[in-house]
Amino acid sequence: MTVRPARQSSFTCVSRRGLPLAALAVAWLASPAMAQEQPLDRAVPATVAEAERARIEVMQKASPAVIAILNADGGGGGSGVIISADGYALTNFHVSSGAGLSMKCGLPDGTLSDAVIVGIDPTGDVALIKLLSRAEYPAAVMGDSDSVQVGDWAFAMGNPFLLATDFTPTTTYGIISGIHRYQYPSGTILEYADCLQTDASINPGNSGGPLFNARGELIGINGRGSFEKRGRVNVGVAYAISINQIKNFLGHLKSGRVVDHATLGARLSTNLDGRVIVVDVLEDSDAYRRGLRYGDEVVSFAGRPIASVNAFKNVLGIFPQGWRVPLVYRRGDATERILVRLEGVHRTGELWEKVASTLADPEAKPAAEPGEHQHEEDKPAEETPPDEAAPADRPANEAPDDAKPEENQPQGEKPADAQPDENKPEGADPADKNPPGEKPSRARPLPGRPRLQRMGRPKPPMAAIARQHYEGRVGYANYWFNRQHQERLRKALVASGDFTPLRGLWTLKGDLAPHGDAEFKLDDKQTQAVLPGGPLRLLATDDFTSLLDPVDSGGLLVALHLWRQMLVSGFESFDEVHYLGTAPLDGHKGLFDVLVATHRGVECHFYFDSEDGRLAALEMYADDAADPCELYFGELVEVAGRLCPSRIEARYAGEVYGVFKFSHIELLGP
Amino acid sequence: MMDYPLFVPRARCLSRARCRVGVVVACAVALVATSGGAIRVAAADWHATIAGAQQKSVKIHGAGGFRGLEAYQSGILISAEGHVLTLWSYVLDTEDVSVTLDDGRKFTAKLLGADPKLEIALLKIDAADLSHFELTEAAAASIGQRVLALSNVFGIATGEEAVSVQHGHVAAATSLAAHRGVFESTYRGPVYILDAMTNNPGSAGGALVALDGRLIGLLGKELRDSAHNVWLNYAMPVSAIEETVRQMLAGRFKPSTADEPATAVANSWSLEALGVVLVPDLVPRTPPFIDTLRRGSPAEQAGLLPDDLVLYINNRLVPSAQALRAELSQIDQGDELRLTVMRHSELIEVTLRVGAAPSQGGQP
Repeated sequence: MTVRPARQSSFTCVSRRGLPLAALAVAWLASPAMAQEQPLDRAVPATVAEAERARIEVMQKASPAVIAILNADGGGGGSGVIISADGYALTNFHVSSGAGLSMKCGLPDGTLSDAVIVGIDPTGDVALIKLLSRAEYPAAVMGDSDSVQVGDWAFAMGNPFLLATDFTPTTTYGIISGIHRYQYPSGTILEYADCLQTDASINPGNSGGPLFNARGELIGINGRGSFEKRGRVNVGVAYAISINQIKNFLGHLKSGRVVDHATLGARLSTNLDGRVIVVDVLEDSDAYRRGLRYGDEVVSFAGRPIASVNAFKNVLGIFPQGWRVPLVYRRGDATERILVRLEGVHRTGELWEKVASTLADPEAKPAAEPGEHQHEEDKPAEETPPDEAAPADRPANEAPDDAKPEENQPQGEKPADAQPDENKPEGADPADKNPPGEKPSRARPLPGRPRLQRMGRPKPPMAAIARQHYEGRVGYANYWFNRQHQERLRKALVASGDFTPLRGLWTLKGDLAPHGDAEFKLDDKQTQAVLPGGPLRLLATDDFTSLLDPVDSGGLLVALHLWRQMLVSGFESFDEVHYLGTAPLDGHKGLFDVLVATHRGVECHFYFDSEDGRLAALEMYADDAADPCELYFGELVEVAGRLCPSRIEARYAGEVYGVFKFSHIELLGP
Repeated sequence: MMDYPLFVPRARCLSRARCRVGVVVACAVALVATSGGAIRVAAADWHATIAGAQQKSVKIHGAGGFRGLEAYQSGILISAEGHVLTLWSYVLDTEDVSVTLDDGRKFTAKLLGADPKLEIALLKIDAADLSHFELTEAAAASIGQRVLALSNVFGIATGEEAVSVQHGHVAAATSLAAHRGVFESTYRGPVYILDAMTNNPGSAGGALVALDGRLIGLLGKELRDSAHNVWLNYAMPVSAIEETVRQMLAGRFKPSTADEPATAVANSWSLEALGVVLVPDLVPRTPPFIDTLRRGSPAEQAGLLPDDLVLYINNRLVPSAQALRAELSQIDQGDELRLTVMRHSELIEVTLRVGAAPSQGGQP
């Protein structure tokens, strides 16, 4: 016996009056849920049914990694996406800043996980958090946002209007409307460069959630919409931070730091003939030291052709401070390729100060832990007992008109933040962007939560598990993670060859191509060199910042001394060490772990191979505003049972100082 | 799907019942037609269609730039020689209208013609061999058909950056006249209602195209239903504007300009004779808004009011205060003077005759 469902019988008795009902029935029949329950109408071609089935499959596969991010007290929130099985997840900074140091994450299976802040990129509006309640999480597969084309299907998942109380993500489908879009800062420090534009519906609460391509690969983090006169709801124009930009920042974010964006130290302008010309360059910038001058035409940057100032700003926006990026410029008939080290947009500590209030520890006890957790912003928290933490004053953002846009911006309470872009050397070229007097249309960040004034309100105490994964320190979002990476590198370095027993004299003899013989003798007390130009000596007690012998090496002896010190005496022998994150290394593929170690006034950046933990290179900075001495280690040979480089290439100021090839290496114990 | 029946009846169709049934049927048809559209055009063609249509789209910059009035809109190339079709709006109220092509080339545009009733304008730039839409090959859209909307929405694209692309479906084919008094629009002709958020700042004059790349229509303005705070997304079908565009190309909608050689008319009309004071003429192309009227003057007797915008004199477009003065100086007071003004979104025509009481005409 078969029972005809009521919806089918209504479909059969179509009359004028019945039409609306019938149409709804049709709509229902075509919904994905029905597709699974019974065969589709024969009128639907097989290819369409197949395409729909495939789409549903992709969405079902993508869905488990999508999370709802709620404040620790359960109020407000946004979205996020898990990117690794060990629980790292991405969201917007303007979502995490509302939650503070710890948050609750709702997974599509209906469970809640505690999470802690890891690292933040306030300018790029990205935050990395870590879910802590499980050993393993479903993770999204990262795609390649540079291969995305206009017209590609894309779908967003997240928690718009905080609709899903069981954390099942809402899916909205659309196309890619534009790529490599540049969106000016919106009265805050955040700036969306090189972002993806989509017409998939993005609404308040979608902030921080994933944008997937048709294969279900993560291509971006949704965070901004062009909200103007229509209230804070979808207007068919939304922006996602490209995942390739986030990949560049990910190593830095994992360091637990507050990560800064980059500037070139030069201002560009688009000429009437469409060429992009340097109109100003700071004399203490790396670009200037590498030879970039007023009037030069920028041809390409990081391998991408530059046809407008916007295109340049797009490229600049995807790199963290300190990375070295190739730049090709033309002067007259000559074309030059230089490797430029990008400077930070903000002064040291400036960015952290701007966001410190969002990183305040609700339970900081200044007396107990002086110097580390102490922030003025903690005061409100101390005045309110944790059990009085107020619930969310609104369940969701369902009334978009009632909140002024400014209220939904994380830095709205700090008007001083409105100017940083004007201060940047790469200011927009108005002639290129818009006619004089016209302000460019500015996209606004989606509110991750209804009221950001609540940032100043007391935050509930951190969950115990989050507390175990947190350590406050000035300059950091969460120093606990930095410590973990230092530990990881320390172990990996020893595992790649333990030099600690070899504390005696190191003798390296060979040849400095093409000049002649070279010999180094290194021990704890001094570093001696016999080079074609004559003998040189550096005592361990000398002033490292000024004795930069040999000439034009940038401080080869100091660099070699610190290299040996790192290998035999380890991290502890330096005045201070911290993990910087990951960065590219000229002539090498992939990214390297970077450890910053300061000693006797100089700063050393140690590059570790992220695969085998070996020390691949180091840069020794005797002065912030000068070029470092760079050492690249290669051609490993076995010495005293350990792998030791038999080739060291020294570079300074964009030139190779010399390539040392050692035929005799002797590493003695004490 | 549930939102559909809620959405469209609020736009107050002429016949409530008919509209509702029509929309719901459109809804049902959309489901089938959508699926059909997806297989007819493969993904590769879709990308090629978009790239092709983007080349035929332009960014237009002109007057505006203050709060709520963006100084940019969109347009489409309709000839290889640089004829640009766009919407007639305040953006064109300047001598300095620029058109930026897909390859980043920027031109100063000349206004060849405008029809404020249809709210369209034709610009010309000095270029050649341009990729363009053929109006004669335009397609009519069926309800439920999947469409692409290309425009410089929100002014996002600058220089050589490609205009934005949105996708959606034709939800209904209706007439904007149905929305009189709700949506402020002088255009009262047929429109395609779209289910995508296409009509945003800067979208006006953008292209609505079929998946095969053929032009379907011109994206309209931002229209807000003041009663329900609903924003309408619509496009004007090519068929509704094609004939006028043809006449514009033939020079028949040529706007009056102040620099035409004047033949002396002894007893001509003037603003003084009419009893009209316009708003101060401060910019090169000040729109001829009436500021005040002299009591008892012919203009007042004819029923003109302050804030009326004079669009036509004897069916000749007067885009600026200067053009209005020049045009008046060419008409003898003994001849009939017909003025077409825009009051809010209504077009009102008045006729002034010597010796006869001024008569107020009806809606054209």
